[in-house]
Amino acid sequence: MARSNKPIVWSLFAAGGTFAAFVTPAMIVVTGLALSFGLLPPEALSYERLSGLIENPIAKGIVFLTVFLPAWHAAHRLRITAHDFGIREDGLVMMVCYGLASVATVMAVYALLSL
Amino acid sequence: MSLRTFELEIMRYDPDKDSEPRFETFSVPCEEDWVVLDAVNYVKDNLDRTLSYRWSCHMAVCGSCGMMINGEPSLSCKTFMRHMPDKIRIEPLANFPIERDLVVVMDDFMDKLASVKPYLVAKEKKAVEDGSYLQSPAQLKKFKQYTLCINCTLCYSACPQYALGEGFVGPAALALAHRYNLDSRDVGRSARADVVASNEGIWECSFVGACSEVCPEHVDPAGAIQQTKIASTLDYFKDLITPGRDK
Repeated sequence: MARSNKPIVWSLFAAGGTFAAFVTPAMIVVTGLALSFGLLPPEALSYERLSGLIENPIAKGIVFLTVFLPAWHAAHRLRITAHDFGIREDGLVMMVCYGLASVATVMAVYALLSL
Repeated sequence: MSLRTFELEIMRYDPDKDSEPRFETFSVPCEEDWVVLDAVNYVKDNLDRTLSYRWSCHMAVCGSCGMMINGEPSLSCKTFMRHMPDKIRIEPLANFPIERDLVVVMDDFMDKLASVKPYLVAKEKKAVEDGSYLQSPAQLKKFKQYTLCINCTLCYSACPQYALGEGFVGPAALALAHRYNLDSRDVGRSARADVVASNEGIWECSFVGACSEVCPEHVDPAGAIQQTKIASTLDYFKDLITPGRDK
């Protein structure tokens, strides 16, 4: 039997799952909750500060991973979920799921490079 | 001890007479400490001697008495009657062809088991007088859990992926492949990968996890498959970077 090519998408799925479990909640707390609940001063996430931060290539990289990895994780998860629900059009499901993840990836790259 | 009477609805199939399986109901007075296998044995001994099923050890070691008990793949020797409702439906293990009554055809499982080379592939063959292959307790601990499989095939009955009949190698065989891959004395990992890392191998698993839930020996085949996915993914990228590194 030929060895499968699935490691390509599965590695993104696994990395995305780990990232989404450990880093995404922290991102949500910082960007979504901390400010609203007054745990951070209002100017902490001001436009000037954040646009300054994002000029740093490391910060760009982290923001890219925040979009890229969970997007591919979600894409693969949805493909498997579709299969578990009995949808057997794997080719079509693959195109839709991985296509959306590709769009998210390209948009993230474009947005970050144009900042 | 108190007797309680149960209705056993047992699936029957005689390939010489029946065009399809049917159910037959038996009333069985059970003792407090009986397991389902005792009740089935009662039917065979007292009510219908033609009832066919597999069993041997009566103590969850041999792995032969697996049946669907109220829709759940279970070892009938490990399922107590006192935990059961008054009416019990007993069927042959799901996802396998029925040979007769509760006996299923296991050929597909046997072929798949053999296909993953579930034995020690040693680096060099040692003569008996040269002694055994030594291993530390820490090295044994890495894979010991996966040696506990008794080949009862409950995991194949529970697996929705195996049920599709698309050639999935299946939980027990893949867990056993993982057991030998983790063994410090073994060098067969790349030989096993032809089956294990194929589309019909670990990659067919969608991690539903039902195999681990029904496993009577707590082998956790789902966990073994996920660990194999990580190892195979690393192998895949290593092979891309340095083609032919195994050869």
